[in-house]
Amino acid sequence: MPTNDEIYGKVQATLVDALGVDEDEVTREATLQGDLGAESIDFLDIVFRLERNFGIKIPRGELFPDNLMADPEWVADGKLTAKGLSELKSRLPFADLSRFEADPDVERIGDLYTVDMLVRYVERKLSA
Amino acid sequence: MRWIWIDKFLVFKSGEFARAIKNLTLAEEHLHDHFPGYPVMPASLIIEGLAQTGGILVGEAGGFTEKVVLAKIPRAEFFGVACAGDQLVYEVTLKDLRSEGAVVEAKAFLDGELLADAEIVFAHLDNSRANQIFGPKNFVFTQQLLGVLDLAKARQRSRETESSGESDPESNGSPHQPASST
Repeated sequence: MPTNDEIYGKVQATLVDALGVDEDEVTREATLQGDLGAESIDFLDIVFRLERNFGIKIPRGELFPDNLMADPEWVADGKLTAKGLSELKSRLPFADLSRFEADPDVERIGDLYTVDMLVRYVERKLSA
Repeated sequence: MRWIWIDKFLVFKSGEFARAIKNLTLAEEHLHDHFPGYPVMPASLIIEGLAQTGGILVGEAGGFTEKVVLAKIPRAEFFGVACAGDQLVYEVTLKDLRSEGAVVEAKAFLDGELLADAEIVFAHLDNSRANQIFGPKNFVFTQQLLGVLDLAKARQRSRETESSGESDPESNGSPHQPASST
């Protein structure tokens, strides 16, 4: 089992290849979309590369779920409801929701996808 | 102009690998503009040829049930140019295939030398949404484009028939229903 830093190093290299960014931009706190400029199609590329680089299988929707806003009970006035938050927690158990919970604006869901979140996701997959 | 940027498949291994050729000729209008007096195949059209080779490889692997679109080119390097009269050989290897899409390694060769090296990511369009927007017709795999594959399979079968010494009275030179793609 690789260490957390080793996983981070490989995630960093994965994102450098997938997004054409410089290594020093890929800090642990960097958000994939906001800071690293990832677009939706890049998520598919990132999934392919993580699978190859770590030898893991990433089922469809596990890392980048579809239809997070599908149920009207999950969103009210542009914010996730308590039910929506609990759904988000169950779907993304590797995400750090501590700051998001204070202002669960749906526009900020993308910010949950940080480099460190990918590291935690891979760590969970490798230890499973 | 027909949007077909490969002329023929030389090899087609279902779900694995395809080799196609593209002959460059001064009959192609674009070579007169790119560039006047110096007819060079645009790199973008080499990418398109690689993507058509790869797209058919990916589509065939799924029985052409998916609409396969070029999603992303994470990397493309060119090491030279191809001019009118040259023949490009495109080699594409399927690296990964999953329900959302696929990734291929794609190379172009000129006279045995590596001319271009690229990685291409394809996405499978969500069928229900694509049908809403474009209708049920598969606009990606038109019969014109798939004709290139049909022809290769027909020739393959014809060669196999000849080598086994059998005659096929029903063939009459027309393309056959492809058997397994090899």
